[in-house]
Amino acid sequence: MTRIGLLFAAAAVLFTALISGTSAFASPASNHHQATLHSVDAVPGQLIVGGTVKNDGKGVAGIKLHVTGPNFDKVATTDADGKWQIVVPTKAKYKVAIDLTSLPKGVGLRDPSVTEREADVTVTDTAGVLFPLGKDTRVIQPFGDQLIVRLFAGLNLGLLLAVAAIGISLIFGTTGLNNFAHGEMVSFGALFGWLFAVVFNLPLVIAGIITIIASAAFGYLQDAVLWKPLRKRRVGLNQMMIVSIGLSIVVRYVLLIFFSGDTKVLSGVFQAVKIGPIDTTVTSLWSMGLAVVTLAAVALFLTRTRLGKATRAVSDNSSLAAASGIDVEGIIRIVWVVAGGLTGLSGLLYGLQFQASWLTGSQILLLLFAAVTLGGLGTALGATVGALIIGFVVELSSLILPVDLKYAAALIILIVVLLVRPQGVLGKKQRIG
Amino acid sequence: MDWIQTFNLAAGALFDPLTAAYILCAIGLSVHFGYTGLLNFGQAAFAGVGAYGMAVGVLTFKLPLLLAMGFSLICIVVFALILGIPTLRLRADYLAIVTIAAAEVFRYLMSTIGFASVTGGSNGLSQFGYEFYTWNPIAKGQYVFGPFNWSEEELWLRIVAFGLVGLSTVLVWLMMRSPWGRILKGIREDEDAVRSLGKNVFFYKLQSLIIGGLFAGIGGMVYVISMSNVQPSSWVTTFTFMIWTVLLLGGAASVLGPVAGGMVFFVMLVLTNEILSGLVAIGWLPFLDQPQVGQLRFILIGLALMLLVIFRPQGMFGNKKELRFNV
Repeated sequence: MTRIGLLFAAAAVLFTALISGTSAFASPASNHHQATLHSVDAVPGQLIVGGTVKNDGKGVAGIKLHVTGPNFDKVATTDADGKWQIVVPTKAKYKVAIDLTSLPKGVGLRDPSVTEREADVTVTDTAGVLFPLGKDTRVIQPFGDQLIVRLFAGLNLGLLLAVAAIGISLIFGTTGLNNFAHGEMVSFGALFGWLFAVVFNLPLVIAGIITIIASAAFGYLQDAVLWKPLRKRRVGLNQMMIVSIGLSIVVRYVLLIFFSGDTKVLSGVFQAVKIGPIDTTVTSLWSMGLAVVTLAAVALFLTRTRLGKATRAVSDNSSLAAASGIDVEGIIRIVWVVAGGLTGLSGLLYGLQFQASWLTGSQILLLLFAAVTLGGLGTALGATVGALIIGFVVELSSLILPVDLKYAAALIILIVVLLVRPQGVLGKKQRIG
Repeated sequence: MDWIQTFNLAAGALFDPLTAAYILCAIGLSVHFGYTGLLNFGQAAFAGVGAYGMAVGVLTFKLPLLLAMGFSLICIVVFALILGIPTLRLRADYLAIVTIAAAEVFRYLMSTIGFASVTGGSNGLSQFGYEFYTWNPIAKGQYVFGPFNWSEEELWLRIVAFGLVGLSTVLVWLMMRSPWGRILKGIREDEDAVRSLGKNVFFYKLQSLIIGGLFAGIGGMVYVISMSNVQPSSWVTTFTFMIWTVLLLGGAASVLGPVAGGMVFFVMLVLTNEILSGLVAIGWLPFLDQPQVGQLRFILIGLALMLLVIFRPQGMFGNKKELRFNV
C-alpha cells in the first residue's frame, strides 16, 4: 500500500504542474465550431442541405458551393451572413465542394486538404456542412519558415506520443506484452476528458485530474481482471497479444456505444499565439509544457526512486529481480496504474488539440508502436526518443509528400530502421531474439 | 421475430461469397500462422494487393480479366518478398508489428490523392468484374434449393468462390503432408532444431509467406468481384482481426478449420444480429437502438477472440498438441 501512496504523491507533483496552468486552460468550452444547421424555415418533409461559411466568426458572402448527388447537381451561393442552403430531391448522401476561386483574397480553408465534404440526409431531413475558413495557408511560405513550423508541429506530436508510448514501453518491459489495447486507453482519456470538461462542465484542471485517476483505475482494472489471471495461467505472450487485440475491439465499440460516433470538441476558444513563423495556441503550448514535465517526472521516477529502480530491474530480468526480493507482481500492478494514468493524460492532451472520438486511439496506435519499436522495445527513454522521431517524421514528411501519406511515412521509417538496426535506436541487442 | 427469415438469412450467410473470401484469407493465414508459426497481422494487405492488382490490371493496363488475375498474383509475390525479406529474420512479435504497419502503409498508398488516377483514391475502383459473368455457363433463371434462392449470376459466383475454397483446402492438405510441409511444422515447433538439420529456415518462411499470401490474394479477388468494387477502407486492420477470429475459431493448424471457422463465424454473426434486433424491436433491450446492435456485434467478435485464445487456442477442430503459441 505504501507503494500506491508513493505513486499518488508522484502523481500529485504532476497535478501541481497542471494547476499552475489553470488560467490558460480554463477557457469557456462553448460556442466553438457549432455544427448545428442555422435555423431554416423548413417545410416538413423537405430535405435541406445547408451551412454557414465563416471566417474569423463573420459570415462570408458570395462563396459558391457545388452540391452533387444522385441525379442532382446545383450550385449554392452564400448570403450576406455567410449562410447557404439548397433543397435536395431524395434522401441520399450528397457531396458538397467549395469553389476555391470564389474565396476572398488571402482567405483559405482552415483545413486545405478538405475541399469536399459529405452531407447525409438519409436519416435526418437537414444536413449541415461547414467549411471553416482561416488565413490562406496556400500562400507559399519561405522554405525555412515552413521547416520551423513543421518542426514545431513535430515536437508537439512527438511529445504527445511519448507520454502514451512510455506506457506501452513500461508494460512491455515488465510483462513482455505488446498491448494492442493501448490505443483504446488513449481514446478513453480523450473521451472521459470531454465527458468531465464539456458535459459535466467542470473546470479543465479538475476534469483533467478526474480523467487521469479514471484512466489509472482503468489500467489497474485491466491488470487485475484480465492480465494477472492470464499470467497465472501461464498463457503465452503471443496468445496474450491476440487477447489484447480482442480487448481493443471490445473497448473500442463499448466507447462507441456510450459516446456515439461523432467527434467531440474538447478545446475551448483558441487563444492564438504567434512565435516567429509559428501559429499556435496557448492550449498547445501548455500541453507541450505539461508533456515535458511529465516525461521528466517519469525519467526521475525511473532513475532516482527505489520503486523506479525496481521497475527497471523487473524489465531487465524479472526472475533475477524476484530472487533479489522485489515483489514483481506488485511492480507490474504499479506499472499498469502509471501507464494507465500517463496514457489517459496523453489522450486528454491529444483531445484538447486534435479533438476526441472513439477512433482517436486506434488511429495513433501504430504510431505508438512505431515509436516504441524505433526506440527499442522495453526501454522507457527509448520510447521517448522514438516518439520524437516519429513526431518529426510525420510532420516533416508533409513538406515533400501529400498530407494523407504522413502516417505512412512514419511506418515506412519504422520498417527501414528495423532493417538496419532491429534492436531500435536505444535497444539492447539480446532482446531481438 | 420471424424465425423463418432468420433461418434463411443464416443459411444465406453459410454460402455467401464474402464468407468464401474470408475463408480463403483464413486458409492463407493458416499456412502462415498455423503451420509455420508466423504472426502475420497484415493479411488485409495481401487480400488488398490481390484485389487492387486485378482491378488495376483490368482498368489501367486493359488486360483481360484472367490475365489481370495472373498479374495480381505476381503483385502478391512481389509484395510478400518486399515484406518478408526484411522482417522474417525478426522475432515473432516484431514481425507482428511490422506486418500490421506494412498493411496500413498499403492502405494509405491506395487511398492517397497522389495515385488516385490509378487507384481511384479513397473512392476506390469499380466496373472491372463484368467479364467474370460472361464466363457463366449456367442458363438464365432462378435456382431454388431449400432456403436458397439464387439467380444464375449469384449461383455462378458461389460455385466459383466455394470451388476455390475446396481446391485451396485440398492443396493445403497435400502441401502439409509433404516433406516440405513437415519442415514448415518443424519451424513452428523449433526453428533452431530445423536450422541444425541444415535447412534454410528463412527461405522456407519466405515460401510460406508467399503461398499463404496467394490464398489471401485470391480471397481478396473473390471479395471485390462479389462487392463489384474495391475500396481502400475494406482493408483496415479490423479485416485482419476478423480473419484471425475465423481461423482461431476453426483451429489454426487443422485443414478444415478455416472453412468451418468461417461458416460458423458468419452464421453466428447473422444470428446474433437478428436475435438482438428482435429483442430491441420488442423492447427487451431498452438501452440499445438498432444501429447499436451492429456495434454490439463487434464487441461480441472481440470477446469471442479473447475467450477463444484463452480457453481453446486450438479452436474447434485443432489438436492442442499441434498448436503451441511459441513465445
